[in-house]
This record gives sequence, structure tokens and C-alpha cells, in this order.
Amino acid sequence: MKYFGLIWRNVWRKKIRTSLTILSIFIAFLLFAFLSAVGKAFTAGEDLADAERLIVLEKVSIINSLPEAYKNRIAAIPGVEAVAHANWFGGYYQEPRNQQFAQFPVRPYEYFALYPEFEMPEEQLEAWANNRQGAVVGSQMAEALGWEVGDRVPLTATIFPKTDGSMTWEFDIEGIFSTDDPRFPVNFMLFQYDYFDEARAHSQGSVGWYILRVEDGADPVTVANAIDAQFQNSRYETDTATEAAFNAAFAAQFGNIALIVSLILGAVFFTLLLVSGNTMSQSVRERIAELAVLKTVGFEDRTVLGIVLSESVLIMLLGGLLGLGTGWLLLQSGSMLPGVVLPTSSIFTALGFMLGAGLIAGLFPALKAMRLSIIEALAVRA
Amino acid sequence: MSALATLRGVSKTYMKGKESVDVLHELDLDIPEGDFIAIMGPSGSGKTTLLNLLGGLDRPTVGTVTVGDAELSSMSNNQLSRWRSNNVGFIFQFYNLLPVLSAQKNVELPLLLTSFGGAERAKRAQIALDIVGLADRASHHPRELSGGQEQRVAIARAIVSDPSLLLCDEPTGDLDRETADEILKLLQTLNKEHGKTIVMVTHDAQAAEYANRTLHCDKGTLETREAA
Repeated sequence: MKYFGLIWRNVWRKKIRTSLTILSIFIAFLLFAFLSAVGKAFTAGEDLADAERLIVLEKVSIINSLPEAYKNRIAAIPGVEAVAHANWFGGYYQEPRNQQFAQFPVRPYEYFALYPEFEMPEEQLEAWANNRQGAVVGSQMAEALGWEVGDRVPLTATIFPKTDGSMTWEFDIEGIFSTDDPRFPVNFMLFQYDYFDEARAHSQGSVGWYILRVEDGADPVTVANAIDAQFQNSRYETDTATEAAFNAAFAAQFGNIALIVSLILGAVFFTLLLVSGNTMSQSVRERIAELAVLKTVGFEDRTVLGIVLSESVLIMLLGGLLGLGTGWLLLQSGSMLPGVVLPTSSIFTALGFMLGAGLIAGLFPALKAMRLSIIEALAVRA
Repeated sequence: MSALATLRGVSKTYMKGKESVDVLHELDLDIPEGDFIAIMGPSGSGKTTLLNLLGGLDRPTVGTVTVGDAELSSMSNNQLSRWRSNNVGFIFQFYNLLPVLSAQKNVELPLLLTSFGGAERAKRAQIALDIVGLADRASHHPRELSGGQEQRVAIARAIVSDPSLLLCDEPTGDLDRETADEILKLLQTLNKEHGKTIVMVTHDAQAAEYANRTLHCDKGTLETREAA
């Protein structure tokens, strides 16, 4: 700590250069915060999947639907405890850019029976079940959009027009559900399947996918195979998989998000290393004589190494913490990506990046400073 | 006076490309404690090399350099660093202050290597600045000081850890005559009133007159001339 004053003043010896370097680090970590939060949002379902829940999809593609009539046949298969279904609605609120939350038409009691993770007052569930135009929303989404129970909200459909040709669907907010598990995103909307099925202009009687829970002691693989065998050679063959596999396949529709995020961040951090490394190299080159003076008055080689490395890490921490903090605040406020939050693991990863990148960027300049010959360095000045 | 520093059979050879250059040749020298020595000589005669050997910045190719109880020729780099921080103060021609630090913080630099706390460091730096007559400029940065004031700060930095030996490499080489005389008088005061042993390399014959004796360095050997 006694060297901190020296390190701090060295960092700011060229204020414009240091500020620009910190700005570039700030942007890199702001981007990191957003990309890792979005990437996590796409893959969160895989981590949170319930091993006892299976998802039944149309065999060819996730975008093909299945007949609603399959529900009773699936329920009758040995080992199946409960069945629900859902569709992808794909609407948006007010502006197309607000299409950041998903909406699913479901049957209220069936759906909540399969997802005990979600908590909602019983009276709200009942009110929703009794209102054909009722809907419930996740707490994160309600907070981000400022929705409350009793509000009437319009959504614009992108896939399902109504029978009267209108693309506007109106819903009464009857409840807000939440969860105790902070890892679980509650940033989507559920509304009544019956209202959806009757009012849509096409595809009546179909569902997007089925969700089922296997009975205690039943083998999920056996149950899945039995379901697929049941509908083999039918017009709508099925592919039954675990919830984790479904979530992964769902996310894959948007491309390999993890890979895309990694590639972008890789490019950003590589550039960051070059920028920071250049800053530190210049900084050391400019004060060869000063570093020689430090060694002359008794600073050991390793102390000089530590001082230069600390300067590099400090610059990275200043920019990184500002960028990460700003990203966290913006995500928490929900003003940009409602319901998407920065995972704790990403915060620790970012801190690791800051330290690692700071050490790597400063390593060669620090080694140069450490190996500096006092006599040669002072002779240059003389 | 007992010898503070002793050089015995010291030779220093540098490699310049494939050619070896003898800078110092079988040098013997005793520097009594409390002495003020000027070393003069033409460029390349080995003056600064001699100063570097006395300050533990370099090692002789042959021979021994002893300062106090320390035999510098056999010490590691880290041992030499620690020894320098406690036993020797350096004063350079171009002051070599850190521009990002105030005068006070520049003077405190060697004390960062001690176990003193911030308050004690500040107190000692203030005393050193007081000795060189710059107590009122403690918060000024080097760019806000004249050349003579910068050199005074450099002297304060050299004496702040109370070393017995001060090594000065052309301390007045960048100053006008009047300011140079002020700096030399300050060095004389440090020698006479504070007991510092001073070895000063200079090209300036008038500067050398402030020393007790002058050594002439030429082709790697020394010749002594006592002050008038």
C-alpha cells in the first residue's frame, strides 16, 4: 500500500492517454456485461432444467406444431404424472424493439402444476383462470415494464393474427409470479390457451410443445421412448427429450450464442491487450531514467517489476470496474433488456479477466523495467 | 581519519562490441570518513565508472571495493539495492526527480524502502528539505522549480535516509555559476556540519576547489592533488 501513491501518480502521468485507455477498457467490459448477460439468458434454461420434466416436440422441427388431441394420449402413457402444453406467441409491446420477453399461451392450472418453482397468490391464479383474456407476468418483467395487476395491456402479434384480421391482442394482468431462486428468470408472460386458440386466425387445435412430469420411480428414458413410439408413423411424429435438451435446442434456433459471444469477446479482449500493452510499453519507455533512479536509491528489481505490473492492473481495474458496474446498473434497471441480469459468475469472470489482462498487458514492460541496467539507463540521459 | 571506502587493485573492463576497453586499471584508493573529494579528468577517463563502483551500481572486473563493513564486489544485486538504500545518496547532473511527484514525495522515495509510516516519512522529508533550504517548496512539483531548486530537492532525497556517503556526478553541470556555487556551498555544509563523506565527479575546476582534495583520473589511473 505504501507504493500506491507512486503507482497512482504514474498511472495519471499522461492523463489523456490513460483516459483513452480506460475508456477502451470501459467499453470492452460494458460489452462483456451485456453479452454475458444475454448469453446466459439464452442458456439459462439448460442449467435450471428439471430432470423429471420431459418436453415433447414435433419430430422434424421445433417450429412445427402438434395436435392438442395428443394430450390425453400422452397422459395415458404409463409413467406420465401430469401434462401441460404451451405455444410460442411472438408478440411485442408498443414497439417491435420491445420484443424482449416471451409470451406463452397455456392452461393456468396445468402449467403451474408442472412448474412449482413459480410462486403466485392462489387468488391471482384463480382470477386468471376465470378470465379468458387474463394473463400473468413474471415479476422481473412486470417491474421493468411498470405493469401491475389490473392493467390492460395490448400486444401486437407477429405470427398469429386474430380471426378479425387484427394483430392486436389485449390482456388483463391478473397476477404476477416470482421465484425464490435468483437464477431463474421470471421475465415472460403467460395467457390463456383457450382465448388464444379461439381467437387466432389459423392453426387452431395445435400446440407448440408438451411438457410432462414423470411419476416417481419411472424411468424418464422409457417414458420418452414410449411417447415417441405411440406417435410413430403418424402425421405428427414426436421427439421427446429432457427439458435441458429442449432448452438447448430452443436457444440454438438463434445460433450458437455461446460461440458468438465468445468470439466477440475474444476479439474485444485481444484488442484490449494490444491497447493496454502499448500504453504500458510507452509509459515505461518514457521513464527509463526515472526507473533507473528508483533502482539507484535502492528499489529492488522485483519491487520495480511489481510497481509496473500494479500500474497495468490498476488501469485495467479502473476501466473494467467502471464498465462492469455501468453494465450491471443498466441491466438491473431493466431499461435496456428487461429481465436480463448479469450473472454473478460473470462478475467473477470479469474480475478474473481484469486481473489477467492487466498482468499480461504489463508483463513485458515490467520485465523490461526490472532488467533495466542502471548504468546504461542513466548514461542515455547524460 | 579511518577509511570509509577502500578500493584495492580495482580494474574495470567493458566489452565494446568484440573489443575490450580498460576503463580503470589496478586502482588503489582510500577515502577517509568525512572527506570531500573531487574527481576530475577528461571524458572517458573512468570518473563515472569509479563513482558507480563506489555506489554499488557496478562491480569491478578485478579487485575489491569496500565501503564501511560491506564488501560490494561480492554482493548480489538485491543485496546491493538494500545496501544502497541505507548507506549511499546519489546526486545527478540532471537531478532525476520524478516529475509526477511533489518535492516532498520525491524526497520521501528512499524512505518507502524503510518501515517508517507515512507521518514519519513526511517528517523526515521535511527535515531534509529544511536542511537544503526548500521547506517552503515541499508541495511544488519539479516543473515548478528552478534548476538550482531541483538540485536541492535531489540533495534532500540523497540525505533523507542519512547515508554516510554522498556520490555526486557533475552536480553543477547543468547550472549557472551563481547557482552552482550555492549548491557547492550546500555540499560543503553537508560535509563539514553533517559529517557526510562526499565524492564528486566534475569537469569544473572551480567546483573542485570546494573539495578537500582533487583526484585526477586519466587512462584508468588516479593522481592526487590537495586543496590549497
